[in-house]
Parts: sequence; structure tokens; C-alpha cells
Amino acid sequence: MKNELVLLKGNEAIAHAAIRCGADGYFGYPITPQSEIMETLMELRPWDTTGMVVLQAESEVASINMVFGGAATGKKVMTSSSSPGVSLMQEGISFSCGADLPMLLVNVMRGGPGLGTIQPSQADYFQTVKGGGHGDYKLITLAPSSVQEMVDFVDLGFELSFKYLIPCMILADGVIGQMMEPVTLPPYKPRRTAEQIAAECPWAANGKPAGRYRNVVTSLELDPAKMEKKNEVRQERFRLVEATEVRYEEFLCEDADYLIVAFGSAARVCQSAVEDLRSQGIKVGLLRPITLWPFPSKVLSKYAEKVKCMMTVELNAGQMNEDVRLAVNGKVHVYHYGRMGGIVPTPEEVTEALKSHL
Amino acid sequence: MTKEAIIIAGFGGQGVLSMGKILAYAGLIEAKNVSWFPAYGPEQRGGTANVTVILSDSRISSPVLNTFDTAIILNQQSLDKFESKVRPGGILVYDPQGISRKPTRTDITIYTVNAMEIATEMDNVKAFNMIVLGAYLKVQPIVRLESVMTGLKKSLPERHHKLLPMNQAALIKGGEMVESLSV
Amino acid sequence: MSNPIIQPENLVYDKSAVLTDNVMHYCPGCSHGTVHRIVAEVIEEMGLQDQTIGVAPVGCAVFIYNYINVDFAESAHGRAPAIATAIKRLNPDKLVFTYQGDGDLAAIGTAETIHACNRGENIAIIFINNGIYGMTGGQMAPTTLLGMKSSTCPTGREPHLNGYPLKITDMLALTEGTCYVTRQSVHTPSSVKKTKRAIRKAFDNSLQGKGTSVVEVVSTCNSGWKMTPVEANRWMEENMFPFYPLGDLKDR
Repeated sequence: MKNELVLLKGNEAIAHAAIRCGADGYFGYPITPQSEIMETLMELRPWDTTGMVVLQAESEVASINMVFGGAATGKKVMTSSSSPGVSLMQEGISFSCGADLPMLLVNVMRGGPGLGTIQPSQADYFQTVKGGGHGDYKLITLAPSSVQEMVDFVDLGFELSFKYLIPCMILADGVIGQMMEPVTLPPYKPRRTAEQIAAECPWAANGKPAGRYRNVVTSLELDPAKMEKKNEVRQERFRLVEATEVRYEEFLCEDADYLIVAFGSAARVCQSAVEDLRSQGIKVGLLRPITLWPFPSKVLSKYAEKVKCMMTVELNAGQMNEDVRLAVNGKVHVYHYGRMGGIVPTPEEVTEALKSHL
Repeated sequence: MTKEAIIIAGFGGQGVLSMGKILAYAGLIEAKNVSWFPAYGPEQRGGTANVTVILSDSRISSPVLNTFDTAIILNQQSLDKFESKVRPGGILVYDPQGISRKPTRTDITIYTVNAMEIATEMDNVKAFNMIVLGAYLKVQPIVRLESVMTGLKKSLPERHHKLLPMNQAALIKGGEMVESLSV
Repeated sequence: MSNPIIQPENLVYDKSAVLTDNVMHYCPGCSHGTVHRIVAEVIEEMGLQDQTIGVAPVGCAVFIYNYINVDFAESAHGRAPAIATAIKRLNPDKLVFTYQGDGDLAAIGTAETIHACNRGENIAIIFINNGIYGMTGGQMAPTTLLGMKSSTCPTGREPHLNGYPLKITDMLALTEGTCYVTRQSVHTPSSVKKTKRAIRKAFDNSLQGKGTSVVEVVSTCNSGWKMTPVEANRWMEENMFPFYPLGDLKDR
């Protein structure tokens, strides 16, 4: 089947991509600005075609645990929410990481803290990449900056999650969720068969055949020595991910005197600002981390040798800024320009902010 | 045309978002890069609504803008908010109905279309946004009317396809009735 | 040292093949061991060891997966019905059950329990109600009786201070999605038999897609209650049964 070019909202794109990548289940609870994800799934009725299960849960607490249950049987399952809902999910996310379960999570961020605002924000960066729940864990975190990436990261997220047995989070925001852009939808991939699941997920609790030891999907281990070992093995996987799965995009970085670092929708705004600054003769580049964990520290460290300063632009008070500063380790100053409360900066504001540091 | 950034603003229920969507679809059909970004949330339900549509021959960077090539304005609040955000030399199209404080800019081209009046005459108030779109495309033909009709067909559920001829008539009527305020 | 009476032909009672050889960690006199055994026996009799997925709770029965030899997912506290919901929906031909205590099911997991029942998920819920938090050391449960002592109501549960004991099973019977709701016990041989029949029926319902089945087992916690097992059984009959009467609340 051919790829299809259509005009979709980021949220709608997630739903289409989920069905097409052969997801087995979606469990969610409505919250602005991402409710179109479940609405689109319900409209598309994938249970009639691919057999994908879609269920509106009673809360985000329930939806993440449904995802836990589905993942425990080796199925490709996902949920989506926005910031306050993702806060509610932190228990389930920690348990999922403790049980080393693959799953896809989507956070279409809105401004906080608390009920905050329904307008776009990137203020859940810390929550996502530093571990919002308890315990030593990481989430593979993909930050889309276009509707096309909303599509592409669904399949990629599942792939990475199953490869490393680490939950994957697509960390989007209200801009990317609500905006429409043309997207190429991939062809339909069949859902995995029971045999494929058994081969790919020998750990899955999906019914113990005679001759196989029972599978228990759990995060519990009361023997400290065993528990430490479990954690060490997990940390080993984290190091492997850090070594192999860093993704980022460079825009006019090669000859840059100044570097803007931004992800997601902020990076789109910054790209306009960079074009504008270049037209004024100021050599600015944009580095866009695509994976927020693993973070592109090495490339930032490299540019720290070449540029005069860096500036992070985020829809928050300066969260990724800390990781950039860790990456450059004091070699250059890392300024921050951020907007909060649901305000998306304009390219002009970013341009002015950078010029104030020349 | 390399890039056209349009803000469409009015009351929720006037078809602001769908007008933007149809415009974006028409751009897509003509193989342009397009983006459509709404002010979302409770605003959609009765308050003011606006959407930023960008059509471009090159990759679109920011979908969120502070200045626009064109503003399509359908109520007083939106005029007050967006008149100043049209770039010098840009275009402002508005329906005078309900507008008490008229635009004052002299460095932009201003057009009016009595869309609500025309829609009432056509006995179809739902055609309102298509009349406005027709007026805009007459003065700034960034996409062809055929592309708009194809876009409309794509974005309308099949059960509403019987409404296509009426929408086409509204587009054409809007184009005929647009008036320039500038000398 | 072999006892000559232990001969295959004399065997009247054997360990279920679906139980592991692990020594249970439960206190002597605890009802959990008996209910575990019943669950294992029913699975064995139905020939479903390879088709069963259990969901373990947080509470004393957290290690149920060490004793019943089927695949298990270990839930966060109270979330078992949500986990079981997805397991069953994604694996509709499997037998899916949760095993939960009163704190898990009727306090922290009330929402998940009620909504799974109301959706009529084709799962079986086995609910151990002993009116106390066993694992954490005898704190008040939602089902603790008025006047009953616990470490967090040391002078006895008082309604103005602690609220009333929750008859959650009655509430679950009211939900449209449940097909079978029953309250049983395992303190006598005949009650064990009844509970076994109830669990069998619940598992049959799950496989037949009839809706949610809830089997409450009114149980003892002699350690938490600070009684001998015999005293605990007597206390349960005299105090728990009047408030939590045994029998079917719903069967359709």
C-alpha cells in the first residue's frame, strides 16, 4: 500500500499512526489539549479493521495501569494525556519502568503547575527526563517538532521501547498537538501474531505453556542484593541507549558563532528567528535535540568549543537549559529565553533575546 | 508568492477554523507547504476564535507568528487585536457588519465584504465563511478556486457533499462582492 | 521413616499440580493459603494452567505468584482491575483474574474496581475481606467493623472519627456489569466447598464473557486481630458474618 499525504492535526496524526504501526491497544482519559487522539481513534474504529482495542478509562491512573497490563502480555499498547494527567500516571510509569515494560506514552504538554492552563508549554521536561515517579529510571523521550514527527515517532517509539524494554515518551506540546500540517501516513503494518509476541517477548505473562517457567511481570524484589543487581542491569541498558540512540537536528550550525538550543515547537519558532538573524548578518545556528533522553550532550560539547555563547529557548523557566549547561560544562555561557503560562514566543522575541547577548 | 501568513479571527461558530482548514487543504492540493494553528480551548465555544494559516513554497518554520501578511477579520474584538499585526503593505479583509470602530491603518490594503448580508440574501447563513474566503481569494489569489473546492470535498464528510454547489456559489459571490476601501 | 499408610491407594487429598512447592509465607491460620489452594484446584480442574493470567495485589497476597504456578502481572496498589481489564481485552480467550485484599480493592483501588465492574469486564475478582491491613501490620481497613481495634484505631473504629465499614461488595452487585457477586468464607470444610464452587462459577463466567464476577471471601487475620486461629474463626462468625452476611448477592 502507498504512503498517503493528508492534512492532520498532530493529535489526529498520533491516532492514525498508532493504528498503522500495528498497535494492539490504546487506553486513555480525555484532557485538553490532546483529546483528539482518543476521539480520532473512536472515529476510526480500528477494532473493526486491525483489531486494535481502544478504551476510555475512568482516570489516567487507570489508563496507565491498563497499559501496564497490556504491556505485561507483550502487546503494543499506548496511552496519551496532557500534563496534569501525566502527573497522575507517574505511579504507573514508575511501576512500568520497574517491571521493564515496553510501552508508548504521549504527553501533549500544557502550562502548569497544577491545573495551570490548557495552552502550550514545555514545562514537563524535568518530569519526563529526570524521572517524575520514584526510583532510578529513565524514559526514552522523543520531542516532535512537526506533525510528521508525531506520525514517525509512534512507530519509532514502539521500536525503541521494545528494543530496550524502556517506556518511551513522545513529549509534544499544545502547538504540535493542535496544529495541522500535511503528513505522509505510512502503510499499515499488521499487528504481531501470538507466535511473534512469544518470540519477541519471552518474558510476557500471556499464559504459561507446559514446559516454560511461569512469567511474572513485577517491579517487586525484596532481596536488596537481587534488587541492586536488577537496577544495575537496567542502568547498563540506559548506558547503551545513551551510547546509541541520541538523535538531534542541526540547522545552520556549521559556521555558527552563536547557538540556539530548542526542542519541539520552540525549535520551530527558533528556526524562523535563525533565518531572520542570518539575514541580519548574525551567524546563528539551531541545534534541536530530538531525543531529550538520551540527551545530545556530545555534540553540544563539541559546539561549546566553537561558539561564543548558547541560548536555550523553551516554553518553561529553563529546564533543558540545565542539561545544556551540564553538556558544555562551563565552556560557554548558556543563556535562557523562556515563556511560561501558555505563551509561545514569537520569532521576533527570540531574535531580540539573542541579540541582547551579542 | 513564496509565503503567505494569514490570521483569520472572529467569533466561534462563524466558521473561522474551518475556513482556515479549507484554505490549508487547497494549499496542500497545490503541493505547497501549509500549517494551520488554532487558538484552541474554550475559546472555540462561543468566544473569539482565530487560526493562523501559512502557505509557503518552502519549509514552514514557526507556525506561531506575531505579524501576518493578511488578516481576515469577522468581529470587532479581532479587528482591535489584529489590525496592528498586519505587516506594512499587507491586506486586511473584514465584514463591516458589527464593526463600529473601523480600521485606521493607511499602510495596508483594506477590503470589505458584506458577507453576512450576502449569506442572508442567499438564504444560507452557513455559507458565510465561504463568501469571506471567496472575497479574500479574489484580492489575493494564492490558491485556485478549484483547489478550494477539492479541499472542501476532502474535508467535508460525504453526507455533506450535497452542500458543495452552494459553497461554490458562495465563493464566487464573495469574489464578486469584495470592495476595496483604499484609494 | 515412611509411614505405611501413605500409599497411592489411600490418597484422598493431594496438593494441586498448579500450586508450586514454595512454602507459603502466610501466618498459620490465615485464610489466604486456603483460597490460593482453591484457585489452583479450579484452574487445574478446568485444564487452564496455560491459559490463565493472574493479577497480584499489593497486600499480604503480593507473592501469590510464588505459589500459584501460572503467569502473573503484579499490580500497583489497587490497580489490579485496570490491569486485568487490558489483559483480558487484549487476550480475550484467556482466563484473567485478580486477587485483592480489602485495602487494595475497597480503599485505594475503589475507582478501578467499580469501573471495571461497571464496564462488565470479563474478569473474575477474588476479594479477601479480613477487615484489617495485614501486610503493613494491622492498620484500619475500609471494611474494619465499628468498635474493632487496629493499630490506627487502637480504641476501636468510631464512625465520627473513622467513618463506617464499607460494604463494597453490595455496591458492586448494583453495577450493571457484574453477572455474579457472592460472599463466601473458608473457615469450615463446607464453606471451602462453597467457595470453590463460587470461584469455579466466576472463572466459567469470565471465559463465557458474561461480565464481571466478584467472589468476596470473608476471612480472618488472626495475627492482625491478635487472636488464635480458632478464636479468630469464632470472632469472624460472631462479628463479621452479621455485618457481611454470606451468600449470593447476584447471579445472572
